[in-house]
Amino acid sequence: MALPRITVVGELPAGDLPAGSRRLRRWVETLQGWAFVGPATVIVLGLSIFPAAWSLVLSLQKWDGFSDPTMIGPANYSRLVTDDQFWDAVRHTLFYTVLFVPTSALMGLFLAVALNRKIRLIGFYRTAIFVPFVASAASTGILATYLFSPQFGLANDVLRRLGLPQQGWLEDPSQAMVVIAIMSLWGQAAFTTVIYLAALQDVPAELTEAAKIDGASPWQTFWRIVWPHLSPVTVFVVVWQTIGAIQLFDLVYTTTRGGPLDATKTIVYFLWERAFRTLEFGYGSAAAYVLFAVTLLITIGIVVYSRRRNLEAF
Amino acid sequence: MAAPTTLSAPSRPRSTSTPSARPRRHRMSGWHFFLFPTALLFMVPFVQMVLASLSPAAELVQFPRPLLPSRLTVEGFVGLFTETPALRWLLNSTIVAGSAIVAQSVLCSLAGYGFARLHFRGRNVSFFAIVATIMIPTQVLMIPTYVLFARLGLLDGLTAATVPWLAGAFGIFLMRQFFLSIPVEMEEAAALDGCSRLQTFFRVVLPLAKPALATLAIFTLLGAWNDLVWPLIAINSEHNFTIQLGIANFQGTRRTQWSLLMAANVVATAPLIAFFLAAQRQFIATMTLSGMKG
Repeated sequence: MALPRITVVGELPAGDLPAGSRRLRRWVETLQGWAFVGPATVIVLGLSIFPAAWSLVLSLQKWDGFSDPTMIGPANYSRLVTDDQFWDAVRHTLFYTVLFVPTSALMGLFLAVALNRKIRLIGFYRTAIFVPFVASAASTGILATYLFSPQFGLANDVLRRLGLPQQGWLEDPSQAMVVIAIMSLWGQAAFTTVIYLAALQDVPAELTEAAKIDGASPWQTFWRIVWPHLSPVTVFVVVWQTIGAIQLFDLVYTTTRGGPLDATKTIVYFLWERAFRTLEFGYGSAAAYVLFAVTLLITIGIVVYSRRRNLEAF
Repeated sequence: MAAPTTLSAPSRPRSTSTPSARPRRHRMSGWHFFLFPTALLFMVPFVQMVLASLSPAAELVQFPRPLLPSRLTVEGFVGLFTETPALRWLLNSTIVAGSAIVAQSVLCSLAGYGFARLHFRGRNVSFFAIVATIMIPTQVLMIPTYVLFARLGLLDGLTAATVPWLAGAFGIFLMRQFFLSIPVEMEEAAALDGCSRLQTFFRVVLPLAKPALATLAIFTLLGAWNDLVWPLIAINSEHNFTIQLGIANFQGTRRTQWSLLMAANVVATAPLIAFFLAAQRQFIATMTLSGMKG
């Protein structure tokens, strides 16, 4: 019996065709391939690689968007180095990152451990903790101004009822960033929790069972058996949340607009003001490239560190 | 009767009286003491939002503020829809998010399939380039994209808000991974039956891709509906605002009209909360995957 020859269109047998026909076939395959991937590829690359390259050129120019751009070489970058406002923005961003990243990782881990069990009401618990994930930055920002309003907010109301002193919250330069971090944690707890939950469910049950039989306490089981399995995920969560943290903008825009006294002006807020408020496109692009470089360095740094310690996360 | 023998549960005196396959159910888990207050704490912002949206405006600026409103009213919502173009903003957001979801589903699955299954010149280079763009922060792209759109005359319109969402590197990557995971034999069978590539794609492959498409749709919905930065840069006229831009700019002008502001917040957030409650499992899958895009 003659077996039908199994072929996939686009990979038709080329061996028994003359050379010209083979070349034609290749052409058809290439055209077909690009017909599939072309539209999406053009949009994605056209709105990323091309602007990214342009941005690099812009960062070497002085341009307000209207007059002719002038090439000024690395002057924008050297101006950044001596710009006190930029360094303030770096400090504020760093402060937020230090507040947000470790807390969000620890909170995610703890919530995941708590939620990783079959008890009553677990569905309710999960939903309650996960649903804030869908809240937008605008919505979270408005909620923050409402809940932490010094005069009418719930936060001060609770303090008052407990007989504790009232706080300025978003209107206090030393507290505003903390409030922003709290609201970020509220909205993003779901993300780190879900990542850790998935990792916890990958821990082989035989290992924890065996530890239990050997008389290990839950505490020992967690730190000796479970935690080593979670290290790669922790590396991933830290990288991911750090990248997000140093790009903080939305919540600042919707709560404090950089205030009070510039205390919440982050790098991206600084960049946005330079680009779209004072129309310094070149200077803004330079700040954006510095941010890009820092993001890459942090990612590479953490990944190399984790490779060294054999925590394969990527 | 045979008592269930589980290695993990050493028999306690209490549990012998009511033998059960689930020995842990007997005593209340201590975790409730942590989880219950935590869950309530996480609900506080949304509960406060809904309560405030239904409160009489005057009670929200009283001191001390009553814990619960004396009566429930929809004045906030009425004010929202009569005094502001919020309805228009909702419509705009629906158009942006809707077109984004449709376009991403079509374009990203076509591209994902092309990269997964077809052999053509430039395939690996372009796929690598697409994946590499995931590393580029939006901030690097903001300024040139703004200038580009200004030159194309697209600024301050819904097109400007929509175009960046029509296709995405993550979507292409997601769909490619999915198509790689399904067995190639089905497509071969379809090809034997005389289906063209495009027919195979639409009749055989795409119906299998529903879970991946659901993930992509949720990812796109969350991104496009909640996006603030891009509309903020690209849109100026109030009637072209998306709902997010609308409520974000509200704050400046109506900072203390809390019932109005919270009503706006409710209509901006409620659709997503409803979707989340209806498709929680898919949302969680999306969250896990969207983390993987790094």
